[in-house]
Amino acid sequence: MSNNMKEYWKRNLKYLAILLSIWFVVSYGCGILFADALNSIKIGGFPLGFWFAQQGSIYVFVVLIFVYVRLMNKLDQEFDVDEK
Amino acid sequence: MDPQIWTYIMVGVTFAIYIGVAIWAKAGSTKEFYVAGGGVPPLANGMATAADWMSAASFLSMAGLISFMGFGGAQYLMGWTGGYVLLALLLAPYLRKFGKFTVPDFIGERYYSKIARLVALICALFVSFTYVVGQMKGVGVAFSRFLQVEFETGVFIGIGIVFFYAVLGGMKGITYTQVAQYCVLIFAFTVPAIFISLQMTGNPIPQLGFGGKTVDGAFLLDTLNQLSVDLGFAEYTAVNTGNTVNMFFITAALMFGTAGLPHVIVRFFTVPKVKDARISAGWALLFIAILYTTAPAVAAFARTNLINTVSEAEYSDVPAWFTNWEKTGLLSFDDKNGDGKIQYVADAEVNELSIDRDIMVLANPEIADLPAWVVALVVAGGLAAALSTAAGLLLVISTSISHDLLKSYLKPDISEKNELLAARISIAVAVVGAGLAGLVQLGFVAQVVAFAFGLAASSFFPAIILGVFDKRMNREGAVAGMIVGILFTASYIIYFKPALGGPGTPEGYWFGISPEGIGTLGMLINLIVSVVVSRLTPETPKEVQELTESIRYPRGAGEAQDH
Repeated sequence: MSNNMKEYWKRNLKYLAILLSIWFVVSYGCGILFADALNSIKIGGFPLGFWFAQQGSIYVFVVLIFVYVRLMNKLDQEFDVDEK
Repeated sequence: MDPQIWTYIMVGVTFAIYIGVAIWAKAGSTKEFYVAGGGVPPLANGMATAADWMSAASFLSMAGLISFMGFGGAQYLMGWTGGYVLLALLLAPYLRKFGKFTVPDFIGERYYSKIARLVALICALFVSFTYVVGQMKGVGVAFSRFLQVEFETGVFIGIGIVFFYAVLGGMKGITYTQVAQYCVLIFAFTVPAIFISLQMTGNPIPQLGFGGKTVDGAFLLDTLNQLSVDLGFAEYTAVNTGNTVNMFFITAALMFGTAGLPHVIVRFFTVPKVKDARISAGWALLFIAILYTTAPAVAAFARTNLINTVSEAEYSDVPAWFTNWEKTGLLSFDDKNGDGKIQYVADAEVNELSIDRDIMVLANPEIADLPAWVVALVVAGGLAAALSTAAGLLLVISTSISHDLLKSYLKPDISEKNELLAARISIAVAVVGAGLAGLVQLGFVAQVVAFAFGLAASSFFPAIILGVFDKRMNREGAVAGMIVGILFTASYIIYFKPALGGPGTPEGYWFGISPEGIGTLGMLINLIVSVVVSRLTPETPKEVQELTESIRYPRGAGEAQDH
């Protein structure tokens, strides 16, 4: 494997680590483990933990995928491995 | 107009559309039959994936479930959406680059082993069949209740429709039919939700409305919490802190199970490029999220409406929907204290009303007094959800038989034309088989769905992830991991599911994890066993290492290839 390709893969893994950490924190963190504590904060009529569990985490999931697509498309071009 | 006539019109028109689309998109080759020729645009693929994913359970049962569970219902919301993040980031692009037709294809080739392929094949068949039986049952229930036919007749009508377009069109026909079905089902789900949100909170967006204020100036969720507490239930939005570990494991099992389900994964083989595989996972989740963020709003509205309508109401004055559902036996009133009023409270000794959770979505428009055509629309939506999921699953079953079993094991020299014929015959057999299985053992089906997710999480998911991300992972490691993962998960579920004849009781749960969540632990065990065994056994052959390397880079993906 050329160094260039190693670098591409490393960058890919870095993106994955960051995005999946966010994925974990919003769903398992805010939506489950800390939901009870967050429920003491209210946004409009929503207790915050409840909102994360039933609404917020899903919005974040959608955004994460689109961010990932953008990052990877740029990365593919940068390392010239994109599809012609 | 009579609601019954509306129902006939809605169902008739939508079915005519599905059949028209199926004829237009008839499959001509095995490649079109298995993966729609690898030429589906990402946006259409996203819609089709969403329709495939959202079953009768998502459409009809989930909001009702949340309605009665409150905060805890979030495990289904997060569990059945979060898996798409894993799919998009960890699986879809690499499997698309790999470029074969099925999950057993990938497992068999990556692990250079016919045994691994066979294990994957059996899992795929079991998981898909379990699931499809539930869908046929859903079709039967919806037909029987709204077209006034026998349950069995309902199932047979369902068999007929799916038979027609799945056998004819294969993946190509199914994909384009599912695009139409998605439009029907999302329209049917959101329209009543918007009406009710406007009615109760004045906000047309249900996602915002259920955090808004009702006409009397109090927040809807505060009112609902108060109503619940007054009747002796827990607060609707409160976290059940004793259940945190279990909720964590169930959510994870559903997420990892989603990312391991063969009928979902195969979707990413149908797009032209790696880039398209990534983005179509995004579109799919966006389309799914529209329903999944509306459902909790529907749940809160329905719960509030229900309590306000029935609690302490005079039995002689109940609205028509109450009496209609009473006839089906899914709602019943037993005047224990003889005061002629309905006491709906948490205490089972005093409570006089029992409600099947599954009726909430169907009854909701009636409870909110919406026009008859909206009720009819919901029926058409429920049928679209059940049929689209059934068709996608049946295709996986037929591909497994004609491609993975027949072509790979029994008759490798089979011609393209005969393989296509075999695929059509096996899908036909699978439709009829699933329909017949749907006729018997009704209660059993719901219980085995936990099985499907647990097994997918504890078998496929680690094998695929390690196949992509761990070059050192070899045949021995993957096979050992899959077998140990499945056996552990299956034994735990069977042991603790009374419906499956297990002797276990909830007191015996490990760390308080119920059978629905055990797939997460099975997955971790699979991962550990795979890694340990692979490090103690010979390295993977050079060409497999090169294959693993090559799927990491998008260039040169080409179209899905046959062997």
